[in-house]
Amino acid sequence: MSTGPVNPVSLERPPLSDTLRKQSPVIMLGTLLLINAIFTNNFFTIDIVWLIIIQCATIILTGMGQTMVIATGGIDISIGSQMALAAVVCANMLPYGILPAIIAAIIACAVMGLISGFMVGKLHVSPMVVTLSMLLFARGVAQVINDGRILYIDQYKNFEFLGQGKILGELPMQIIPIVLVVALVYFIIEKTAWGRRIQAVGDNPTAARLTGINATGTVISAYVLSAMFAAMAGLVLVSKVGAADGSNMGRLAELDAIAAVAVGGTSMAGGRAKVMGTLLGAIVMQLITITVVMNNIQYEYAQILKSAIIIFAVFIQRESRA
Amino acid sequence: MQQEYLLEMRGIDKAFTGVKALTKVDFSVKRGEVHALMGENGAGKSTLIKVLTGIYHKDAGTIIFDGQEIAPKTALAAQALGISTIYQELNLVPFQTVYENIYMGREPRTKVGTIDRRRMIRDARQVLEGMGIAIDVQEPLRRYSTAIQQMVAIARALTINAKLVVMDEPTSSLDAKEVQVLFDVIRRLKAQGIAIIFISHRLSEIFEICERVTVLRNGELAGVFDIEELDTQTLVNSMLGRSFTNAQRSKGGYAYDEAEELARLEGISWNVRLNGIGVDIKKGEILGLAGLLGSGRTELCNILFGSEPPDDGSIFWLDQPGDIRNPRDAIRLGMGYCTEDRKVEGLFLHLSVKDNLTMAMLPQLTKKGVVQKKKQDAIVQQYIDRLKIKTPSSEQLVRYLSGGNQQKVLLARWMCMNPKLIILDEPTRGIDVGAKAEIEALIQEFSANGISVLMISSEMEELVRNCDRIVVMRDGKKLGELTDERITMDDIMDTISHGASAILLAKEGEQA
Ligand SMILES: Nc1ncnc2c1ncn2[C@@H]1O[C@H](COP(=O)(O)OP(=O)(O)OP(=O)(O)O)[C@@H](O)[C@H]1O
Ligand SMILES: [Mg+2]
Repeated sequence: MSTGPVNPVSLERPPLSDTLRKQSPVIMLGTLLLINAIFTNNFFTIDIVWLIIIQCATIILTGMGQTMVIATGGIDISIGSQMALAAVVCANMLPYGILPAIIAAIIACAVMGLISGFMVGKLHVSPMVVTLSMLLFARGVAQVINDGRILYIDQYKNFEFLGQGKILGELPMQIIPIVLVVALVYFIIEKTAWGRRIQAVGDNPTAARLTGINATGTVISAYVLSAMFAAMAGLVLVSKVGAADGSNMGRLAELDAIAAVAVGGTSMAGGRAKVMGTLLGAIVMQLITITVVMNNIQYEYAQILKSAIIIFAVFIQRESRA
Repeated sequence: MQQEYLLEMRGIDKAFTGVKALTKVDFSVKRGEVHALMGENGAGKSTLIKVLTGIYHKDAGTIIFDGQEIAPKTALAAQALGISTIYQELNLVPFQTVYENIYMGREPRTKVGTIDRRRMIRDARQVLEGMGIAIDVQEPLRRYSTAIQQMVAIARALTINAKLVVMDEPTSSLDAKEVQVLFDVIRRLKAQGIAIIFISHRLSEIFEICERVTVLRNGELAGVFDIEELDTQTLVNSMLGRSFTNAQRSKGGYAYDEAEELARLEGISWNVRLNGIGVDIKKGEILGLAGLLGSGRTELCNILFGSEPPDDGSIFWLDQPGDIRNPRDAIRLGMGYCTEDRKVEGLFLHLSVKDNLTMAMLPQLTKKGVVQKKKQDAIVQQYIDRLKIKTPSSEQLVRYLSGGNQQKVLLARWMCMNPKLIILDEPTRGIDVGAKAEIEALIQEFSANGISVLMISSEMEELVRNCDRIVVMRDGKKLGELTDERITMDDIMDTISHGASAILLAKEGEQA
């Protein structure tokens, strides 16, 4: 080793607490699977895997965007409204073709993300306040476009294939956006300079600026991307349901996304992004719901269980103060 | 019956994942003595202190304090036992006021149980005035310079009724005058029978104030000495395990007038801190900025680097009006800026050594946005070796490095950029004597390669040793310039204190 006489004794076993902290999403996933193995009948069937993929899709997509935003030291609580906006825009544009509808929806949300990003990155307004306003604004726009009604799109069978179709036999279509987005975000965070900058800005904005990083641009990019992923989540949802409801779609989706990020080990203080952690976190969140439903426990208990797990996850991952 | 020793630490072991920080260290402090703890960067000084004060928990060993075995679990517990600590990394709250910082966690109460602000304000003011510092204690702490913040941390430690005061590099951001203020405080404490553990990399301070010295090397005890039996060479040998010499820049024959100009600042005013100052920087020269704290040196660097826009005045780069609106522009022109406060303005604490080191260089290390890992690793390894950065690997989070090694990472961040001008604000703050000599040698090497260096140091010897030219500042104005054989401690001090008259002696660079 050429790093000087530092006695780099690598201790055989890192302290248990360390392992626990780093691997906590995996451990939680394992525990949930174990519980189901014991208590849930017919749990280990391939259908459950398909179900998880279908139901997890929106949490994973929004969670990926949220991971980036939180890594910059911000938060985006408008993604549920963004999903609704995307769904409504898409439904209204479908008469002009599937592709134009998809593109319009993504652009609409990207613009919203741009506005949020600008307010946070350039004008330094608190991210919580900015995206709270955006939550109301995007939801409002979605309702206005649809005139408060539900728009059914079941005549567009080709579009519905997106949310209901299967590929390679039984594999749900949702796997495609999931794989694409997770791979993309993982690549950005781990391999690109952009990913480094996102974490640098979240860690220490002053130092980032003095290192020549365009902090404003970096922050904006994260919000735009987050909004675009939310749009994709909205599209997946509307094609699955077959109807666009501007008033109710995506409600509370931000909570699942943020919870997935937290359970996955990304620090809420910014500066770090755990992409695979968020993926596991999203699956854990959904698995709780499935477990509760399959065991005929009331849905309300799922909420309580979820909240306990979030707190527990954040608790064991907290930094030792040194 | 009182024992001779107030504190006895025996056989202390402490390991972190991948690093054995302390191995069987014995350390004892007598009552009422000022005891220096010395060692290279990463030797384990701060770790030993943190074990004592309950921030880290020892793996093995015993601590006997005031005749009783103790094992404090938290810093608060240690404080309750009578151990008051000023940590190396300031742990104050910048957004709270000065007085709130001083009394944080132990606010005096009124009769009805509310916080007694009036008393806090009055007492805080009194303590600071006792140290010769007159500031508005009701202002948020971050309004003040690092040095003042350091003094506030010291004031905080003083208001705790302690038997032992621990000071981990309290002087690294203080200038000579404030160091004397601190030493007065230390002497007063000593007279009251309070023992002090004092950590510093400045040897002169050790010889001035301390009675005994304990030296650590690579986490092991290297020796305990009485100050009388100790000379610089022995101390350094014991710390580094070898001897070293400081490179002294040859003075005389510097052809200032013939040197090509790299950058020029004209009539810069900013806030009330800079008042129409002009400075020029030649190619390949080492230019020092001297002056007391608050003289506007850091502010001048901020403006040159585009971090603050000047209210008035202009900047020229290679004789062209320099369009420097933000640090990015400055970096593009070829500047690098190693800032004064490494934690606040420099480091990304949650990122690795590798990321911290290459953050400014990323644009050159990427191809179509993707970081070229091989190239990055090669550069990082090169600088880890060159600056002897002590880290178990380049993936180690920078927050786990010792203070001095963090500073080296920051220096490397700009060195690897091959800049035309490198601005160094307190470049050797918290760096051990050996590494300091190496860094000074590097600075000289820059200049030999045609890179200009603009440096600030509160240690005047450092400027004297390294600079070709020194600009002396006070109150945001230039008092004078010194070159060649004029560059001595006495001349700098003279210029600072006699301000105006010294200007006659110095040449007026910017009007030439
Ligand atoms: N929390 C931690 N996790 C991992 N390693 C650590 C941690 N704290 C310190 N170290 C390592 O322990 C060693 C001793 O560090 P320490 O901070 O005690 O050095 P120091 O003597 O105070 O140095 P300096 O003069 O640079 O302040 C270093 O190699 C450092 O990297
Ligand atoms: Mg230290």
